[in-house]
Amino acid sequence: MDAVPLIAAIGNTPLVELALIREVAPRARLFAKLESVNPGGSIKDRAVARMLRDALVRGVLGGRRLLDSSSGNAGISYAMLGAALGVPVTLVVPGNASAERLDRIRAHGAELIITDPLEGYDFALREAARLARDHPERYWYCDQYSNPGNWRAHYDGTGAELLSQLAPLLGGAPDAFVAGVGTGGTITGVGRRLKEARRDVRVVAAIPDTFPGIEGLKPLGAPGDIVPAILDETVIDERVAVSMDDALAMCRRLAREGLFVGPSAGAFVHVACQIALRHGCASVATVLPDTGERYISTGMWQVRQA
Amino acid sequence: MSHIVIRIPTPLRGHTAGADEVPVEARSVGEALARLGELHPGILERVLDGDGQPRQFVNIFLGSGNVRALDGMNTPVRDGDVLAIIPAVAGGGHESGGCKTESPSGTDYRA
Repeated sequence: MDAVPLIAAIGNTPLVELALIREVAPRARLFAKLESVNPGGSIKDRAVARMLRDALVRGVLGGRRLLDSSSGNAGISYAMLGAALGVPVTLVVPGNASAERLDRIRAHGAELIITDPLEGYDFALREAARLARDHPERYWYCDQYSNPGNWRAHYDGTGAELLSQLAPLLGGAPDAFVAGVGTGGTITGVGRRLKEARRDVRVVAAIPDTFPGIEGLKPLGAPGDIVPAILDETVIDERVAVSMDDALAMCRRLAREGLFVGPSAGAFVHVACQIALRHGCASVATVLPDTGERYISTGMWQVRQA
Repeated sequence: MSHIVIRIPTPLRGHTAGADEVPVEARSVGEALARLGELHPGILERVLDGDGQPRQFVNIFLGSGNVRALDGMNTPVRDGDVLAIIPAVAGGGHESGGCKTESPSGTDYRA
């Protein structure tokens, strides 16, 4: 197929305003990018499209398979775009990635290498690195954790879009931006772009509990944790802890307002409300990384409605 | 009483001095987890909710079967069974490499 229209559909996502923040911070306005409308269903399309484009322009694949680790959303983006572009894809994914993710990756024809869920995501990451090292003739390692195309996609895309969408609403950059750290791509790229526009933008990282954790977010708290190479920690002004329970409660609340989003989005909105109250922010921006449909099989929505 | 093994995911190994498996004697899944909690205080609060059921996004597998689809905490166990505590999220967790990487409170990164 012609991959151009698919790639052109990535990014330029809607900006929605969430009035619920005024319940805790009456002066504040909260704006969020709805990333589930990307063709792969998540914010990961942005970085993966950029890294793939860079790889094809540079001609580094040389007939080899694209290899990376993923907990699922990036894997879907790789599998989808690899199928569209005719690039064979191998993904190392922990076995506890949600069934929706694994099924879709397989449907796009990517090769899956499943790792022991008890060993966690960083084990999958190390396994991908090992495969790349041991079989350089077979794999080109895209490595979303150290590939600069990742954060640049958010600098040129997500961050620039936020500025242009917020300009008529706020006259410029927001007081604060909330995201998390998975690969570090979003917070580094958007954080840098916003701080260039306005030096005192407060960039806040939502930090999840270590267990059971929040899909796509690293705790980054313990020695020995893998810290992504592309993460610019100097861009982060504040780290705010958020529990899975808080994230899920916010997801259910957002669903009642018509937004069906995954746990990381709930975590970011929860933290956005907290920091607006704590710092008296008049405006906060964030991203809603994926859709709640990607978590149906986890039982996330099979609970009493709040 | 049956002799079984409970497999521990990396983020919880700080509670088990780095051990990835804990042997216990029990007749049911619930008894096995209670014994784990006695041996390693603090771990059960991360796994079970206030009603003694697996927390959201936490799965307990007996062999390849999710105990939610079996008889829950009452599911009987037999000699040689393996119980595994597995988060229902694949991304973002961290590798322990032993107990040194676990922050027991999970809060030492708080701002």
